[in-house]
Amino acid sequence: METVKETLTGPIFKNNPIALQILGICSALAVTSSMQVTLVMCVALTLVTAFSSMSIAAIRNHIPGSIRIIVQMVIIASLVIVVDQVLKAYAYGISKQLSVFVGLIITNCIVMGRAEAYAMKNPPLASFMDGIGNGLGYSVVLISVAFIREIFGAGKLMGFEILPLVTDGGWYVPNGMLLLPPSAFFLIGGFIWVLRSVRKEQVETPDFKIAKHTAVGEGA
Amino acid sequence: MSSNDSTSKTLIVAFSLCIVCSIIVSAAAVMLKPIQEVNKTLDRKRNILAAAGMLDESKSVDEQFAQISTRVVDLRTGKFADEAIDAGKYDQRKAAKDPQQSVALGADQDIAKVARREDYALVYLVEDPQGEIDKIILPVHGAGLWSTLYGFVALEPDATTVAGIGFYEHGETPGLGGEVDNPRWKALWHGKEVYRDGQATIGLIKGSVDAASPNAPWQIDGLAGATLTSNGVTKLVQFWLGENGFQPFLNNLLEGEA
Repeated sequence: METVKETLTGPIFKNNPIALQILGICSALAVTSSMQVTLVMCVALTLVTAFSSMSIAAIRNHIPGSIRIIVQMVIIASLVIVVDQVLKAYAYGISKQLSVFVGLIITNCIVMGRAEAYAMKNPPLASFMDGIGNGLGYSVVLISVAFIREIFGAGKLMGFEILPLVTDGGWYVPNGMLLLPPSAFFLIGGFIWVLRSVRKEQVETPDFKIAKHTAVGEGA
Repeated sequence: MSSNDSTSKTLIVAFSLCIVCSIIVSAAAVMLKPIQEVNKTLDRKRNILAAAGMLDESKSVDEQFAQISTRVVDLRTGKFADEAIDAGKYDQRKAAKDPQQSVALGADQDIAKVARREDYALVYLVEDPQGEIDKIILPVHGAGLWSTLYGFVALEPDATTVAGIGFYEHGETPGLGGEVDNPRWKALWHGKEVYRDGQATIGLIKGSVDAASPNAPWQIDGLAGATLTSNGVTKLVQFWLGENGFQPFLNNLLEGEA
């Protein structure tokens, strides 16, 4: 049995949902162009994962196998709507920026993945911790991506000027590509590369190897 | 465990889960609705103030908005129509989609690609203590590259000099078309002229405006790397300040017949 600490910290680097399981990439591309939005998204996703895992774990012994995915979806979707409503009420500006992405937490594979893989087999408290842990793992990747994208793409951090832009009379020419979603692919790729260089056990064994060619021909 | 998979258990679980979840969701929606409405109104007022260049973050938005009066304009006649519509409840965006409250635009008229134009529009008049109009704030919207841009244009009392512009909702590319939010770019609009010989001529050009050019008063720097957003902004401003938009109203206002 894993300890609470392992459940909580394991997903941050050892079993990171984005870097190792390659889940939840879509929102990692979409919301990371500014740090402030990213932080809100991370908190929202962490809370949804934790509470949905907890609720699902609480009723896991009563969920019929035939409708278990639907049951999970209903719980996740309800929580996401609640989060969305709360954001609209208390953080209106940010909820406008996040627009559809809060709603899309429903389809975030991390939430669903944790519900199906962990919460269906573990007690509520452990599932809650697992949800928090995975949310933190997701946040680590998103925050590092957002950090690079906002600093080098817009010269700012949390909306405060760090590198004065040429357009505002400074010296820094921003890299516009970093503000576009595809740049996050490169950054996440880099993150995975670094992580797997440090933790070699995360490197996957290739599915097949190209055999050495055996044709014996004359000339070329 | 097999009892879990019986039809009755499946139905009971599905049904009770749906009830519990719907109660939670509707409770959240109903309880938070008043706060959300307040936020929405506040956000709109803030945008109106920002477009007119009057927004002062140190004061409350409501306090600053007190000097602005909201009026209803009938775009068909170009006259005030405060009795026809309750400005507090009027949803202009909804009206633009409702065939009862809007008019379809022909292809040659619809330069801003808005498809339909509402019959009634809300305008915001800033009045000085003597009751004289100080600024006229008009709502505008139109298609950019990815999205519809919604914003406000503020005019001086002569109804042709621009006092400010601001977009409060758009989905243009950050850093390129999204530069419509750049305060430095928005400041370029200040003092530009809208009408030339009665035509709404103001627009964005490619590159920077040559201050010595005779056309300079009607030109604004284009957004670098965002030709389609720039065109969209030009078109939407020209449409809404043109003869199918607010031009009849502005003329009436100048002649004191609105």
